[in-house]
Amino acid sequence: MGSAPSLGERDYVRGGATQTAVKILVVGHFAVGKTTLIGSISEIEPLSTEETMTQAAESVDDLKGVQGKTTTTVAMDFGRLTISDRVVLYLFGTPGQQRFVQMWEDMARGALGALVLVDPERLADSFPVIDLIEQYGLDYAIAVNHFDGAPLRDERALREALDLLDDTPVVTCDARDEKSSAAALTTLVRYLLDRTR
Amino acid sequence: MTGHDGWEPEAPELVRPYVITKGRGLPDEEHLSLITLVTASAEDTRRPARLSPEEQSLLDLCSAGYLSVAEIAGHTHFPLGVVRILLASLKEGGHIMTRPPVARARPADKEILEEVLNGLRAKFG
Repeated sequence: MGSAPSLGERDYVRGGATQTAVKILVVGHFAVGKTTLIGSISEIEPLSTEETMTQAAESVDDLKGVQGKTTTTVAMDFGRLTISDRVVLYLFGTPGQQRFVQMWEDMARGALGALVLVDPERLADSFPVIDLIEQYGLDYAIAVNHFDGAPLRDERALREALDLLDDTPVVTCDARDEKSSAAALTTLVRYLLDRTR
Repeated sequence: MTGHDGWEPEAPELVRPYVITKGRGLPDEEHLSLITLVTASAEDTRRPARLSPEEQSLLDLCSAGYLSVAEIAGHTHFPLGVVRILLASLKEGGHIMTRPPVARARPADKEILEEVLNGLRAKFG
């Protein structure tokens, strides 16, 4: 046999013919724990897709006046959770860089909403991420990744720092913990549901 | 699986993407989104065709059930754009069936959200 990956039964979507796929984005700055959170609730080993991006080079001071271009490989990690016989949920971990516009359009199209993972010690790193989410009109909840599981000391300060609306949910979670990650996701989905009323 | 000796995992680095895709452009993304579910067609609906090793590989991968476009890219390590083009070609030849996600209005559908919420509660308490 060739070396095409051979998959087990569990790798395939259960009852695919009757299923609707939906997606939720898990967004946040570099190393905030997106892949960890996805891995803790995914029923498959998280996978990664790669896309090669061409981007305008940051520096345009080329003497010949030719605008330089560089290519970058962007990886998105994702996982899957079978919700029911009818619905399968995909969780896509998305880096929060403005420059990957094409990828963001791809990711945001049709997404139910976004869980924004935030490191309380690096709040400023989350500003561009939240800007992007809002730019694409996605509803979101904030999950503060607290590795020690301690309650968030000052939610009000965090809300002010991130300039959140009053009804935007803020939860703390430990991305390594399945139940904790699922609870954050549940908070988001309940909020999205409230928004439909 | 057909037993043909397909591409090796390092193929994506050795073969230029435009060779694998035969120079074809990206298909309409609405039809092959990240979460469009894909499976191989039943044999009799397929038009006879010579498939490239990469196309055959993707077809083999989809032959045992449904996978999303993103999962196919993840398992094969091909760039997403290449996978989309190959799948579009397989679809054109009647080799695969696709199941696009339901087009949604914003805010998201109440019914689907309720189902997701109930599913999460049932699974994780």
